Amino acid sequence: MKMTNTEYDELTKKHSPNTKLYLTLPKAFVIGGLICCLGQALFNLYTYLGMTEMNARSVTSITLIFFSALLTGLKLYDKIAKHGGAGTLVPITGFANSVVSPALEFKTEGFILGTAAKMFIIAGPVIVYGIVTSVLYGIILYIFQIMQ
Amino acid sequence: MSNLIKDGTINLPTSPSIASYAAAAGKKEGEGPLANCFDYIADDVSLGENSWEKSESKLQQYAFTNALSKGNFSETDIDFLFAGDLLNQCVASAYGARDTSIPFFGLFGACSTMAESLSLASIFVDSGTAINAAAVTSSHFCSAERQFRLPVNYGGQRTPTAQWTATAAGCAIVSPHGAPPYVKAVTVGKIKDMGVTDANNMGAAMATAAYDTISRHLANTEQSVDSFDLILTGDLGQVGSDILIELFQKDNVDISDKHNDCGLMLYDLKKQDVHAGGSGCGCSASVLCGHILPEIAKGNLKNVLFAATGALMSPTIVQQGESIPGISHAVHISAF
Repeated sequence: MKMTNTEYDELTKKHSPNTKLYLTLPKAFVIGGLICCLGQALFNLYTYLGMTEMNARSVTSITLIFFSALLTGLKLYDKIAKHGGAGTLVPITGFANSVVSPALEFKTEGFILGTAAKMFIIAGPVIVYGIVTSVLYGIILYIFQIMQ
Repeated sequence: MSNLIKDGTINLPTSPSIASYAAAAGKKEGEGPLANCFDYIADDVSLGENSWEKSESKLQQYAFTNALSKGNFSETDIDFLFAGDLLNQCVASAYGARDTSIPFFGLFGACSTMAESLSLASIFVDSGTAINAAAVTSSHFCSAERQFRLPVNYGGQRTPTAQWTATAAGCAIVSPHGAPPYVKAVTVGKIKDMGVTDANNMGAAMATAAYDTISRHLANTEQSVDSFDLILTGDLGQVGSDILIELFQKDNVDISDKHNDCGLMLYDLKKQDVHAGGSGCGCSASVLCGHILPEIAKGNLKNVLFAATGALMSPTIVQQGESIPGISHAVHISAF
């Protein structure tokens, strides 16, 4: 067999099935949408109970994070996410799952070198680049304000 | 006395016997099509241990102790233990054998380790270096996931080409005399790398290694595909198996009637949600020791070329942008 890496890559692509987008996209839309509807319902409930809009927003996020962490601990979140895909990844629940799952997984290596040290192995880059870009945007905004 | 035929193929003229063998499997594997073949099926993925690494060691111990008792061996009868797994520093094997006092070789050949350990055990016995030598390998879904991929409870999606690391172990004890199956020859694998960088497509990374080893074995021993009832690859899964068949087709050789893959046999691909099939060194170990060796012993299979395949993947090196090398070792196992 004489085959270049490019030819082999073509052979690999030919035999590698693609993701079934006609299944995954609607499922992500529905499951992600349901999580967002739940968020809205919680927000409406909290404002109905007399919270200010600002407090209701925070408490809604905290509630969603709590349920995501709970479902991760109960080994149910990954089963939902298997179908939800980006629908469970993009909302705040996905972020919570990405912090809680390594925290639980690496518990066997102790609370310091396991849980605490490994807690942000997935979410870490999001936090780092989230902060970096927020600083950059802050600087840009500051420069615009001076120019005005 | 073993002798090199050429280019990595070693002839074993005394045809050592695989005198005893056993397989242990996890819960999911125990619900698959080979459920009746296993000597032990765990009812809980943790096997009652508090870490996945310990669970895997325990599974390996079960395979080993079952093989000992099935063949009426005691631990002192075993001169060398060839053991391997997927974990860093081969910890599942080392801790699995910690309570024994058997001279120990720790091996890493990724998912090809069963063929590697069985080859070495057979060569040791054939050459008279050992009377009895044991080959044991294991893998565990959860210990492999945390080392190579993501936490088990992380909500990610697997790609259609991804394979499922088997929670399973297998052990074969090689002796100079005994009942079939017999080991006739082995071909040692070469590192093959066709530039595959997708860690979720191991089948593609390993297929050329299987092609190289199988074709070398056939050429070096002057045999053809028809000399075998079964050409059994380790765990190429669906994608790698399709590629392997096409690679042989390019040489005008049709292996499709003779070929099967341990990764396709261990699970029901339609019902068990394993995507492209099973993987991990416990996959080929448990399929070989639980299903294939008994079939050879019964005479249902006469000549099997067992070519376990391994993707020598390190998450660190893949993150550095390197491609994934593959390897495949072949063992000719016969009923005669």
